[in-house]
Amino acid sequence: MIKQIVAVTSMNLRSLPQRIGTAWVIVIGIAVTVAVMVSVLAMAAGFQQTLKGTARADRAIVLRAGSQAELESTIDRENAQTIMDAPGVKKDEAGRPIASAEAVVIVALPQKKDGSDANVTLRGVGANAVKLRPEMHLIAGRMFRPAVRELIVGKSAAAQFKGLDLGSHIAFRDSEWTVVGIYESGGDAHESELQGDAETVLSAYRRNGFQSVTVMLDSADAFDRFKGALTTDPTLKVGVQREADYYAAQSRNLSKLLNLLAYFVGGIMALGACFGALNTMYTAVSTRTREIATLRAIGFSGMPIVISVLVESLLLAIIGSVIGSCAAWFFFNGNTVNTLGAGFSQVVFHLTVTASLVVSGIFVACTIGMLGGLLPAIRAARLPIATALRAS
Amino acid sequence: MKFIPLIWAMLWRKKVRTLLTLFSILIAFLLFGMLQGVNSAFKQTIERSNVNRLIVTNRISITESLPYAYMSQLETIPGVQRVSHESWFGPYYQDPKNFIAAFPVEPDREFPAHPEFVVPKDQLAALEHTRDGAIIGAGLAKKYGWKIGDRIPLHSTIWVKAADGNSDWDFTIVGIYEVPTERSREDAMFFNYKYFDEARSFAKGKVGWYIVQVKDPSQSAQIAQEIDKRFANSPDETKTQTEKEFQQSFMKQIGDINLIVTYILFAVFFALLFAVGSTVMQAVREQVPELAVLKTLGFSDTRMLVLVLVQSLTLCIVAALLGLALADVMFPMLRNTLGVVKMPPAVIAEGVLMAALLAVATGIVPAWRAKRLVIVEALRS
Repeated sequence: MIKQIVAVTSMNLRSLPQRIGTAWVIVIGIAVTVAVMVSVLAMAAGFQQTLKGTARADRAIVLRAGSQAELESTIDRENAQTIMDAPGVKKDEAGRPIASAEAVVIVALPQKKDGSDANVTLRGVGANAVKLRPEMHLIAGRMFRPAVRELIVGKSAAAQFKGLDLGSHIAFRDSEWTVVGIYESGGDAHESELQGDAETVLSAYRRNGFQSVTVMLDSADAFDRFKGALTTDPTLKVGVQREADYYAAQSRNLSKLLNLLAYFVGGIMALGACFGALNTMYTAVSTRTREIATLRAIGFSGMPIVISVLVESLLLAIIGSVIGSCAAWFFFNGNTVNTLGAGFSQVVFHLTVTASLVVSGIFVACTIGMLGGLLPAIRAARLPIATALRAS
Repeated sequence: MKFIPLIWAMLWRKKVRTLLTLFSILIAFLLFGMLQGVNSAFKQTIERSNVNRLIVTNRISITESLPYAYMSQLETIPGVQRVSHESWFGPYYQDPKNFIAAFPVEPDREFPAHPEFVVPKDQLAALEHTRDGAIIGAGLAKKYGWKIGDRIPLHSTIWVKAADGNSDWDFTIVGIYEVPTERSREDAMFFNYKYFDEARSFAKGKVGWYIVQVKDPSQSAQIAQEIDKRFANSPDETKTQTEKEFQQSFMKQIGDINLIVTYILFAVFFALLFAVGSTVMQAVREQVPELAVLKTLGFSDTRMLVLVLVQSLTLCIVAALLGLALADVMFPMLRNTLGVVKMPPAVIAEGVLMAALLAVATGIVPAWRAKRLVIVEALRS
């Protein structure tokens, strides 16, 4: 039996070049399906990775109760101090809490690609923000000085928006700010931002309250203690979240939409590719009618013939998925895009073709190949030998 | 005309193959209808935006508010007919997933500035007289089953009430508006600015943005400049755009939807070209003896060419129409995720054109082959 399978399959594959014209239909149909699916999923993956990368297990973010994004929240000075002094917050050598009460505002800056204005986050950070976010470091220039209208700019923001080069000036709210540094932050969401001194930002925007407080905890386990202390304090009306939960919530809607797009469009395309595969394999079987009948006549059973047809369609499907994944990787991996995130401000991220995406692409391709090969394979095995032998 | 049965018979020579090809094309046009439909529905929203309305926002960004006092100044600018304002309320109903676009407005300004909104007069009057009254869009009413007289609690993610430090706001529905020209705009809610401004705990006396209706649309650029000049060097500088520019810039912030759709459709049609091309090619190859007979009977070369082309044209257009019809039926499903309501009819015309192009591209080579058929050789094969 095994011998028969090997013999028939190898014979079949060797004759494949003769059917190359129709074989392309499977390969290209599947390649295109996989390429589209993987590219759109790569967008979702990149976006999620950027936001997820922003979170650290031992950091927590505090917003006003009921607010879902920093921009919607307000926390007054007194409350901000209470939050930073709460139990569970890590202290530095000088005994000050490693925390930052932040002013988050939006600046309209033109996008490099088409010059239209985009909402870029300007984050005013507290004095201890450097210790709070050790992943952030300058790659050019220097740190901003407090009380002076100076900004540092995330690497991604500098790449996507106009006028953020080192030394350039940004004018807004009857004041002029100078870009003094460019920072890197491991590709997370803060890289799409501008940062300056919280007090200076507040005074420029004529505000007197912060949007959020981010704290470093003694350890990831200290979260419950910290949250308990804040939620039982009657002077506070705040929501406390682990950074991971906060950023997961921020990415949820867009990821859902992109995944929906990928599976909806990908699913319909897969169905189309399936019809193409069926067509090709029916044709392949019908051109081999006489050959198959001959094999049956000299004693081969139906099974090896079914398998040979399936192997052919699977092989073509896999070739297609490899071409599709390679195309997605080659054209789109690492592409930088920016979009409006959940908080009404821009997030810059990179398309990321991950290994698991490639694997799911191959999985989809194999499913199409199986479905497309099965019916024709069964038909091949059931051919009435006598009539088939007579076929032209 | 008399060749229709012949073409029909030739098409269905191999039923399975024709059906499968038909389905491949149908699927491609289903996608075309959905994606291109969404794309042009978005574009239509921008195109349809009113040319005589300007949007005045804070220069820094739309999230910064403007003083209420600007209203009287805006009204004095020559060419301005009417001024209204909206603010971002950012509420949800029961669950954060149920986000609602709700705006505090002054009814006697907002509705005259948006003549496309159809509201019964008595409901409008009721809104002015009911402190916590709200007028909702027909789409929103349908989504949650709300009726006039219902009391609904909304949770604002931004605004806290000064009285109790609470973010839950109660509203009474007093009216339902419709926008017959654009159903996708029936998902919003408008309520009294007075109720909002008196109750909120901060930013009193501010509004989100102004809507300025101009007398003569051809002057809107000048008036926009005039407005920005008036407030230049003030603490709150403004940025004035036409409604169209405003919506365009918003879409551009989200991303290049047009480009993504084009990429995907390009990929789909590339694959389709191969699938249909190979089928038509094969069909003609198998028909060679028959075509030779037809030629012997006196069919001219051109007629052979047309015969084969019409075959692929029929297949493509029938399949495309079926696909587009299916897309039209499925399109309303996208309302909740994308806010589009109806597939623009222009997409169907575009689709049929695409189908014709596809048919010619895939049919021309086999048709040429049929035309050049040498009878003697073909009959012998």
